[in-house]
Amino acid sequence: MVPLVEVQDLAKTFDVSAPWLNRVVERKPRQFVHAVDGVSFSIARGKTLALVGESGCGKSTVARLLVGLYAPTRGSVRFDGQATDSARNAGELRQLRKRMQMIFQDPYASLNPRWKVLDIVGEPLREHDLVGGVDALRARVGELLQSVGLAASDSEKFPHQFSGGQRQRISIARALATQPEFLVCDEPTSALDVSVQAQVLNIMKDLQRERGLTYLFISHNLAVVRHVSDQVGVMYLGRLVEVADKADLFSNPRHPYTRMLLDAIPDIKMSGRSRTPVQGEVPNPLNPPTGCAFHPRCPHANARCSSERPSLMEFGGVQIACHAVVEGRI
Amino acid sequence: MTMPVPLLEVRHLRVEFPTRRGTLLALDDISFTIAPGEVLGVVGESGAGKSLTGAAIIGLLEPPGRIAGGEILLEGRRIDNLPYEQLRAIRGRQIGAIFQDPLTSLNPLYTIGRQLIETIRTHLPVSEDEARARAIRLLQETGIPAAEARIDQYPHQFSGGMRQRVVIALALAAEPKLIVADEPTTALDVSIQAQIIALLKRLCKDHGAAVMLVTHDMGVIAETCDRVAVLYAGRVAEIGPVHDVIHRPSHPYTQGLMGSIPAMDEERERLLQIDGSMPRLNAIPDGCAFHPRCSVAVARCRSERPDLMDAGTTRAACWRVPERK
Amino acid sequence: MSSPSTPAAPGALARFFDGDVWFSFKSSPTAIVAAVIAFVCVFCSVFAPWVAPHNPFDLATIDLSDARLPPAWVEGGNSKFLLGTDDQGRDILSALMYGARISLGVGLASVVLSLIVGVGLGLLSGFAGGSVDAFIMRVCDVMLSFPSILVALLIDGVGRAIFPNAHDTLAFGVLIIAISLTGWVQYARTVRGSTLVERNKEYVQAARVIGVAPLRIMVRHVLPNVLGPVLVLATIQVAAAILTEATLSFLGVGVPPTSPSLGTLIRIGNDFLFSGEWWITIFPGVMLVLIALSVNLLGDWLRDALNPRLR
Repeated sequence: MVPLVEVQDLAKTFDVSAPWLNRVVERKPRQFVHAVDGVSFSIARGKTLALVGESGCGKSTVARLLVGLYAPTRGSVRFDGQATDSARNAGELRQLRKRMQMIFQDPYASLNPRWKVLDIVGEPLREHDLVGGVDALRARVGELLQSVGLAASDSEKFPHQFSGGQRQRISIARALATQPEFLVCDEPTSALDVSVQAQVLNIMKDLQRERGLTYLFISHNLAVVRHVSDQVGVMYLGRLVEVADKADLFSNPRHPYTRMLLDAIPDIKMSGRSRTPVQGEVPNPLNPPTGCAFHPRCPHANARCSSERPSLMEFGGVQIACHAVVEGRI
Repeated sequence: MTMPVPLLEVRHLRVEFPTRRGTLLALDDISFTIAPGEVLGVVGESGAGKSLTGAAIIGLLEPPGRIAGGEILLEGRRIDNLPYEQLRAIRGRQIGAIFQDPLTSLNPLYTIGRQLIETIRTHLPVSEDEARARAIRLLQETGIPAAEARIDQYPHQFSGGMRQRVVIALALAAEPKLIVADEPTTALDVSIQAQIIALLKRLCKDHGAAVMLVTHDMGVIAETCDRVAVLYAGRVAEIGPVHDVIHRPSHPYTQGLMGSIPAMDEERERLLQIDGSMPRLNAIPDGCAFHPRCSVAVARCRSERPDLMDAGTTRAACWRVPERK
Repeated sequence: MSSPSTPAAPGALARFFDGDVWFSFKSSPTAIVAAVIAFVCVFCSVFAPWVAPHNPFDLATIDLSDARLPPAWVEGGNSKFLLGTDDQGRDILSALMYGARISLGVGLASVVLSLIVGVGLGLLSGFAGGSVDAFIMRVCDVMLSFPSILVALLIDGVGRAIFPNAHDTLAFGVLIIAISLTGWVQYARTVRGSTLVERNKEYVQAARVIGVAPLRIMVRHVLPNVLGPVLVLATIQVAAAILTEATLSFLGVGVPPTSPSLGTLIRIGNDFLFSGEWWITIFPGVMLVLIALSVNLLGDWLRDALNPRLR
């Protein structure tokens, strides 16, 4: 079974150098941020891969690379067996675009405040000529709104008349308009209250079951990830450090960073578990550590860790990028 | 045994916002106490009024918002009706504040040393050198490495987590008795959050300060607080010891809230969801504010607003609670 | 599983009168007075042929014996000529209205032209970024370093040199272009700033993911959201354009003398100031000030009304 999405050695580097004049006058070097530094994974049809990590780890950049908002610096994305960057012409690219859509984090900025909901949700339908005539458009938008738990009459309103959770549902309705197979969700519930989050997550799971959707779910909230995902990938400073099935990752986290993340989550059950003290902060991406990016904060780092970058490899049923794990030291 | 005088007592607090469409009641009869050295969590979703409660106590309500009724007592003395100068003296000296965004809590134009020393000398009668020594000690306590050198740096030279530590140091600088912390860790990464809440808890215990921790994150409440008040639509829905409110909630809203939080240790196919959303300030229902979304509402809930009632170890504002006992 | 829906959306007009902008207008005496004055001026100038008591440019109705009459309330005045007459016997009040017509017409036309050029270039600059953005911004910087009157004079002079027998419409065209060239930079910069902000918002990214072409995104998504500050600017610029036109006409290089604007009238009247016939120059001046002031005040109010932080 060919996985629906396959990503190989994906990388994106941003040039954050000072303007040319400043560089010449102040003799500053060019500066680059390797927001995504060689990431590889695959997602099977109908499944959910979650990407977790803290700010600056590159998970949002991966999301945008997948849907084409950024062009990769190197590496490839294959969708249903077809490479997305070598789509032979604009027409093919558009066909590909229809099959994958994105849901964004901020429910207030992801809908144009001056457009009616009818136009917002209907835009993909118009853009790809999927319906003919205003009445057909209205009917189809009404269906889409109902499928996310809103009323068809809501299409005549403006975004500011809705709450955050409702707006996020409108975003989902818009993303579903072209009947995509793959949805990239960039922190879709992070800006929502807990009870509203529950509503939106339930809808997303229902839709996945009904329509066989495949999700890439970006989040920093491990509890939410546990609820929605099948597989989890942990990112740190632009690299994948561990990829495992959900059950494996949560019951037996291998990578020291994964363990640190799981330990750091406030324990609502107050089970009184002991914790390893957490060290340090995420380093400056302009100046990443040599070798393994996590080594300055890692209690198990040795000389090899500070000089040689570990690559993601199969080990004990999961994929892991850690010398200490592979060498059997932990 | 006589009850000790609570450090902070809020009685029937009402905060309203006059708008051109009428007056909106943002806080409707809120009452709670904080004992000296205690950590009280104030939890609620957006629009529940938790930040407003903190702002009212510190005296930083943004006009046209104003306190429309009730009393706030600090160590038995009223502070809500004080003139500006006296309130300013109390703020900082007796009450310290920590806000959500470390970026805007610190003045970017002054070194952190300048800001710390200024705060210390405003409230305590010490010399410049003594204040500087205190400031360095505080920074060391909050875990900032090389405090003697870093005290002369500017806020932008610190990372987010470090800045929040400086903000905590600033809040503790004048040795206040109460710290009001409004979402102190929401803008920080998960791993830093854990460090900061542990720090806050430890430092406040060391300095003998009580904390009112306002947040929407139940996990943070579980880790840090002794007691918790759950707010809904400007009213207190439930209040009690943290363990009881989280594990044996009595109010249907608290029950729904606990059920909708995805758990780290168990699998559930669907999260419990409360249909609908918190009512807007101009559309608060009669009777119990939660009744339109409540699965166990009865006729009385629709007409009469419930007071906080005894529900074992907690108190909940719900008519169904006495029946269950 | 549908959630309680918000009440049905009212029509656009109902929404406007219910909105914050109208409320702010109703509660601001300055805005109301300014609006009334501006409305009266505009009304008189637009409908001058019907409202004015005389037609000062119809040679048949002018009588030299009526020349230099003072305003009606001064001794020697004639109630037929409320604000007096000039040295040719033309009624000042009527001349004011016709003059305001020219002034307003030129002012509005140049603002519209500035808007089109400025907003267009600003959008392009903000959206395209890179060297296009840098180039356009440098052009703006260069334009701003020239005093606007000099630019207008220069263009006007060049225009006259190219078309020495310019008949009136061409002269107007050159004048309008000259004035609009001094004003477009403001719009370009403001719109560029707003575009840079909006461009990174998620609704624009969502449109890109859907596959909408960049030009369409620029016009249909970004443009409606950046027009707010432009509206305020345009209102204030109308006053500036009218004043620029008045200055040019005063200097003699503005509108052709057969269609005198307020500036021309001020110039003509200037010669009579010291012989005691003050009304010939003062009243056009007062009218000019009234128009500019009321439009400026309206612009100020609009800026505050549209400022979301002050709402």
